[in-house]
Amino acid sequence: MYAQMVKTDAARVKSLDEMEPQERTFQERVDQGQKIEPKEWMPEGYRKTLIRQISQHAHSEIVGQLPEGNWITRAPTLERKAILLAKVQDEAGHGLYLYCAAETLGVSRDEMYEQLHSGKAKYSSIFNYPTLTWADIGAIGWLVDGAAIMNQVPLQRCSYGPYARAMVRICKEESFHQRQGYDILMKMVKGTPAQKAMVQDALNRWWWPSLMMFGPSDDASVHSAQSMAWKIKQNSNDELRQKFVDQTVPQAEYLGLTVPDPDLKWNEEKGGYDFGEPDWEEFFNVIAGNGPCNAERLDARRKAWDDGAWFRDGLTAHAEKAAGRRAAAKIAAE
Amino acid sequence: MATAAVDPAARQAALFEFLARIGDNALILGHRVSEWCGHAPALEEDIALANTALDLIGQTQLWLGLAGEVEDKGRSADDLAYLRDGYEFRNILLVERPNGDFGKTLMRQFLFDAWHYLLLKALKGSSDRRIADIAEKAFKEVSYHLDRSRDLVIRLGDGTAESHSRMQASLDELWAFTGEMFMSDALDAELAEAGIIPAPQSLKPGWDEIVAEALTEGTLKKPADGYMHRGGRRGVHTEHLGFILAEMQFLQRAYPGATW
Repeated sequence: MYAQMVKTDAARVKSLDEMEPQERTFQERVDQGQKIEPKEWMPEGYRKTLIRQISQHAHSEIVGQLPEGNWITRAPTLERKAILLAKVQDEAGHGLYLYCAAETLGVSRDEMYEQLHSGKAKYSSIFNYPTLTWADIGAIGWLVDGAAIMNQVPLQRCSYGPYARAMVRICKEESFHQRQGYDILMKMVKGTPAQKAMVQDALNRWWWPSLMMFGPSDDASVHSAQSMAWKIKQNSNDELRQKFVDQTVPQAEYLGLTVPDPDLKWNEEKGGYDFGEPDWEEFFNVIAGNGPCNAERLDARRKAWDDGAWFRDGLTAHAEKAAGRRAAAKIAAE
Repeated sequence: MATAAVDPAARQAALFEFLARIGDNALILGHRVSEWCGHAPALEEDIALANTALDLIGQTQLWLGLAGEVEDKGRSADDLAYLRDGYEFRNILLVERPNGDFGKTLMRQFLFDAWHYLLLKALKGSSDRRIADIAEKAFKEVSYHLDRSRDLVIRLGDGTAESHSRMQASLDELWAFTGEMFMSDALDAELAEAGIIPAPQSLKPGWDEIVAEALTEGTLKKPADGYMHRGGRRGVHTEHLGFILAEMQFLQRAYPGATW
């Protein structure tokens, strides 16, 4: 899940009877599954929640370039290098669609960057973990993109049109990403003992952070209830996490790997796995900025932005000059 | 009409050398460009750079793949990319220059693209069908690279005082690495004679024209043609290449024989 713990400003979810006519009409349309489009009336809380969620999602895509980008120059074959480049390029593209979707809600990309760089806006906790071996690139595709798909497939039915449509396109690419990740690992587990050990080590390190991507249990959260009422969110965090575990454990077994959870057990009655609790203290620490790579990730983004100021200013200055010259030529011609 | 007199082993060696030169240029520049991934000054630039690097890596696969085929010793494109040492690499020194700021990366790209474009355009008419086919595909990609790098060099040259001075400084520094593109040796002469490649110096007037036009429009001053660095084409590189290879070849070297 690329957006975690998104706040809604709601103290509690209002019933239809408590709403003013305009809001009631809006809610009824959402309830009927109609899409809300940018120019239409929407509650301020809905708009703000979407901005938080979509921008957090966009930030996750661009910060997410960094851990994978870390291995582009060390990819083991030309084909792997090309695939990884294409994947990271897709992530940047996803960031672009999402920033555009957020802009339809009245916030600029520069403002969103500013919020990211100041630490005010968050991005997914998962990207604060390091990529230490090539197997991590496989594990990210398999687990991280796998978890993202779990969350993003229902988001294609989100009530806000531009976000839902961006998600349709993103989901198609994410399934390719997940397959390429799994393919990297398939190749490695069929390889040398050192390669197999590398894959197991990657699973050991990425398993719990991947489960944390869904966020802590939100059954009692008013923000989640409000997001669900607005159809920005469709499933609870626990539901999605369960689905992810149920899907992923057989894939781990197929690879001949051991999931690092002693409590993991098939539960015939519920038709799913029982599994242990992620270390939520670690999760909150990562969210608070204390993850292994928080400082590097944010510094890299800030540096890219600050070092690029002259470039952006140069292009703007040129565009202004060119417009001035066109205007002068037009006057001269008249 | 060099036919009967051609020594097949010598022709094969010359062809391999040429393919290594063009393939290594794409590989090393693709590597350098990919170093930017996630660090570009705008999201659109991250996307464009990844795209450029991707094209160059794709071209590397084709050129080095054909090099291995021509050599006929069972070496694949990956073997050539990952298991040769620096002295066996044949790229020009320009492409191994460090990225520097974004302006230097763009200037390097432009100076290279203008040449690469003309080279591929000529190679589309190569008497060797295999080379002509690869050039046909690569030419389309590189035409776009040139459009983009030329456009940005012009805009930044004629942008702010700062962007202008950065672009001028990059141009001044990189200029001495452009001469190698037009240098020729006996191998080039032989292949040019056979209509397989254009004579390197024949590309110079066209390159001068593309570069001069862009620099004028971008209010940049063409540096004087002084000493030109050379060596890459015969395997004598700068210290930078060793580090590129140490990074690029790490997994293949650390785990010999493993497949990925």
